[in-house]
Amino acid sequence: MKKAASRAMTMAEKILARHARRKELEPGELILAEVDLTMANDITAPLAIRAFREAGGKRVLRPERISLVMDHFTPNKDIPSAEQVRESREFAREQDIRLYFETDGIAHALLPEKALVGPGQLVLGADSHTCTYGALGAFASGVGSTDIAAAWITGMAWLRVPGSIKLQYKGKPAPWVTAKDMILNTIADLGVEGANYMALEFHGEALERISMEARFTMANMVIEAGAKAGIFHVDRITLDYLQGDGPGPWEIISADPDALYSDVREYDTSRMSPVVAVPHSPANVRPVEELHKVEIQQVVIGSCTNGRMEDLRVAARVLAGRKVASHTRLLVIPATRSTYAQALREGLVQVFLEAGAVVCPPSCGPCLGGHLGILAKGERCVSTTNRNFLGRMGHPESEIYLASPAVAAASAVAGKIAHPREILS
Amino acid sequence: MTYEGKAWVFGDDVDTDQIIPARYLNTPELSLLAPHCLEDLDPEFAGAVRPGDLLVAGRNFGCGSSREHAPGVLKTLGVAAVVAESFARIFYRNSFNLGLPLIECQEARKRVERGERLRVDLKTGRLTNVSKGESYTFKPLPKFMMELIEAGGLSALLRAGGWTRAWGSEA
Ligand code: SF4
Repeated sequence: MKKAASRAMTMAEKILARHARRKELEPGELILAEVDLTMANDITAPLAIRAFREAGGKRVLRPERISLVMDHFTPNKDIPSAEQVRESREFAREQDIRLYFETDGIAHALLPEKALVGPGQLVLGADSHTCTYGALGAFASGVGSTDIAAAWITGMAWLRVPGSIKLQYKGKPAPWVTAKDMILNTIADLGVEGANYMALEFHGEALERISMEARFTMANMVIEAGAKAGIFHVDRITLDYLQGDGPGPWEIISADPDALYSDVREYDTSRMSPVVAVPHSPANVRPVEELHKVEIQQVVIGSCTNGRMEDLRVAARVLAGRKVASHTRLLVIPATRSTYAQALREGLVQVFLEAGAVVCPPSCGPCLGGHLGILAKGERCVSTTNRNFLGRMGHPESEIYLASPAVAAASAVAGKIAHPREILS
Repeated sequence: MTYEGKAWVFGDDVDTDQIIPARYLNTPELSLLAPHCLEDLDPEFAGAVRPGDLLVAGRNFGCGSSREHAPGVLKTLGVAAVVAESFARIFYRNSFNLGLPLIECQEARKRVERGERLRVDLKTGRLTNVSKGESYTFKPLPKFMMELIEAGGLSALLRAGGWTRAWGSEA
């Protein structure tokens, strides 16, 4: 019987153990853990505020650990959404919460940009794509509004310690294979609930070649396989990104070499191809080539998945000197205000406008069917967002095809789903 | 704790956008949202469901968004419990945090038909199909989940004494 001094642990287990002030813990255990940062948005904050009051909350415990990001329906699309934002803004003022943002951008792009998240932290957000911050080596997970209210009051949250699946990416990604294609291929392999209640741990030489932005894209979509968190190994690229940033304190945590995983999957990125997730599941993945006859009416390039600089640059590269097909709309939505500003400086906004696109203010917008590009009955959209659920972008009989910014831009030019290779040749 | 009501049957991967579409989420008022519950999937449901009724579904119920509005509208409509083959993680915690019990049971989905009468006993882990005269078993809830249900949700639990009540000296 092995009874080592302390059990070998995965990244998720180590981060949670530190936050639960425990030496070690095991998957399946229920723990109370101290939370470094919480986030709620314009949809989930109002419910959290109600739960806070219902729980008898008077003052939040640590206002500096609370962020409120108004991003879903902002700039407010109608009176009720304006009321939700007003309620959140007033709460921030009442509770002295300084990390309140409105029209600055989408939380999952904004908080890393503001250096509010770092390695080793426990971050909980009342938004399912909170897992995005795992790209920085944090344990970041989506929870509900009541969880957030509880953390506001007590600084703590209850969590079930997840088992971990190790993902190994090898090889040099094939041409036009982006982070989006890598994560879509992974979701197709795992299935929409293949990682339910689990943490995914990202490793492998292929990931050493990709930027922080690309890693955010991958961590962002782990929830589409049901995962509780997706955590990247911290390396040079992470540290360069964090350079000179923020308050910290960060703690770089790596998995023990003999940690126990419930599964290990290997992916050869040199053999992947650009893919599209077809309706109505992110796991319904097909090679782009198989879909070249699918006509589309709208293309969306943006969201917390693919609305960052690198995404806009690749889209501009495909669109430069070309025109969006007639009867097709292209909406470009930079994820944050500073992304918008940088795109303007680099001349990308000009490229988009000349191609016939419209550039929208930073917002979740059409991603969740809120505003800025809702689909009519029977319309089809190629989108760089993360969910193609039934009715998510509009009419229940509309369709969403998830793809990388390169494929989305190429499809906008073609008016149907297209491989960027076809457009550039 | 027992519940008895009529069954509403759904399939696999019922996501939170189906339970309550985001297009209505410009308000947090659950009473305004409830009439739209599951409308893209079953337009009759929200109007016809009665307090005490139960949902029976397949795998991965509640996948997608973290919106607590999803279990919130089910509760507002009076749904007593959801029985499914499996639940997505965030929906699971949100439901218990709101005091809505979820039951993982493989057999129910295969046997139960829409409109049949069901009786659930949380303590013993028994689900009775009154209409068919048969019963199925499920794994009783973890202790902390049971405490959340008994307290009426996490807010009520915190109000009544915080984590200390549920977690002893740990908090
Ligand atoms: S961009 Fe889409 S997925 Fe991301 S936070 Fe907004 S609504 Fe959610």
